[in-house]
Amino acid sequence: MKDISVDVEALAKLAKLEVSPEELSRLGKEIPDILRFVETIQEVSENVPQGDVAHRNVMREDADPHETGLYTKDLLDAAPAQKDGRIVVKQVLKKK
Amino acid sequence: MDLAKLTIKEARRALDAKEFSALDLTNAYLENIARRDGEIHAYLEVWADSARKEAKAADALIAAGKSKPLTGIPIAVKDNILIKGRIASSASKILEKYVASYDATVITRLKEQSVVFLGRTNMDEFAMGSSTENSAFGVTKNPVDTSRVPGGSSGGSAAAVAGNLALAALGSDTGGSIRQPASHCGIVGLKTTYGSVSRFGLMPMGSSLDQIGPLTKTVKDTKIFFDVIRGHDARDSTSIPDYALQGGGKKIGVPRAFLKEGVEPDVLAVFNATLERLKAAGYTIEDIEMPNLPYSLPVYYVICPAEVSTNLARYDGIRYGLSLPADTIQEVYSKTRGTGFGSEVRRRILIGTFVLSSGYADAFYRKARAVRELIRADFKKAFQSYDAIALPTSPGPAFKIGEKVNDPMAMYLEDIFSVTANLAGVPAISVPAGVVERDGTNLPVGFQLMAAHEGEGALFTIGADVEKLS
Repeated sequence: MKDISVDVEALAKLAKLEVSPEELSRLGKEIPDILRFVETIQEVSENVPQGDVAHRNVMREDADPHETGLYTKDLLDAAPAQKDGRIVVKQVLKKK
Repeated sequence: MDLAKLTIKEARRALDAKEFSALDLTNAYLENIARRDGEIHAYLEVWADSARKEAKAADALIAAGKSKPLTGIPIAVKDNILIKGRIASSASKILEKYVASYDATVITRLKEQSVVFLGRTNMDEFAMGSSTENSAFGVTKNPVDTSRVPGGSSGGSAAAVAGNLALAALGSDTGGSIRQPASHCGIVGLKTTYGSVSRFGLMPMGSSLDQIGPLTKTVKDTKIFFDVIRGHDARDSTSIPDYALQGGGKKIGVPRAFLKEGVEPDVLAVFNATLERLKAAGYTIEDIEMPNLPYSLPVYYVICPAEVSTNLARYDGIRYGLSLPADTIQEVYSKTRGTGFGSEVRRRILIGTFVLSSGYADAFYRKARAVRELIRADFKKAFQSYDAIALPTSPGPAFKIGEKVNDPMAMYLEDIFSVTANLAGVPAISVPAGVVERDGTNLPVGFQLMAAHEGEGALFTIGADVEKLS
């Protein structure tokens, strides 16, 4: 089985997850161990059903919305910061 | 009243016969909790005042002759199921102070019955773990032997029922999280058919795997509880139409090759002895081939982390839960998540991110989905000839606190026999079937039965026989 190299730091960045240097080095060993275990699925012959009949995404109809504002207060009250019926976030785009 | 022997069925009879009131019953559990939960730590929060109020409301209904199957029954709720106005933390730091904005559908159904909610139970953070040691708020101890874990992730719910701190409890099962703690604590746990019980208001972990189900002391109680919480729900897009329960036949298949290694010998002996008793009671027990079952755990540990990494992206410090201040929004995300998530959750998010990442998704995620179809096909074929498939619930009994917590692979192997049902979406039950001795203590061992989709009826009839014969 080929060696799996895992750049944990890059993964953590993708996952938007701050990870300490100590944990990075521990995970650098643990994650490849786990991946070597799950890699046994490669042994299964390619003669597998194509397409995913049993598992597919299920969407509800985009119809019959509830009355606007019915849950706004309840949901906003859970947010760390709110103002004028909106959730407050840090500025995303900056002017040059 | 003897809480150790009390069942939902008996409590219903006694409540309706006015032998004791729902308030008496609730107070008895609250006293037990006050006396014993300091040691067990099944609960993260106990709602004594509201529980007494709910009990009084139930008593009024009972007095008016309007009781339903669960009216006045004191239950515990796993901390990942939402009750409006209550904290639901999933035993995590990131949601430590999160107050639920709405009721889960299962909670709505239980409120319609006028149950008594005793409190929310400890669990592995976001339901990731098999020992409840991954809780951000301390470990739960197994009431059978307090040096041991109760199993997980619904360990608090199992310990509450086994320790007579609740008459029944709600759990969730993504890879064994109801059945394995039920097995380790000596009670009954049901993983329901995928889509049979609404997940609206359950914090998602692995959306193609998660199901809510009951933990109770008897198979009969499990059926009573299941009948209340199941049913189609338009708010869960994976919900399936209502179905009638059919009784089970007497033909059980055993995927014997899957049991060749990894099971502790005396646990296997309990399993085989249970099969022998069923045979003596008129069952046909046959070895069957399910060649893809050994791939279940590897497939699970690709699909589950993949779904975890996407589902837990919602905890970002913006809409709810912990939010750590930082200079940029990117840092708000990474600091909040880095601080708010525990180590197993971080590990799974990173594994999931890897198996979904460009260049690896074909070899890991897509391959795992394909092999999952083969596993489902193995089940489909088996259920053409058999009424149920039997496996041990877990390869060993409850282990010592601390024994596996630093060894993720050892912990993952706890679920080797239980993840199969989640991958196939079929229902499965764990029923106490015997004990094995460790360090002078008899520890319970569960017997697991799996049935075809919508086949809970077969699990209840065969499970009741296992119960009777054990």
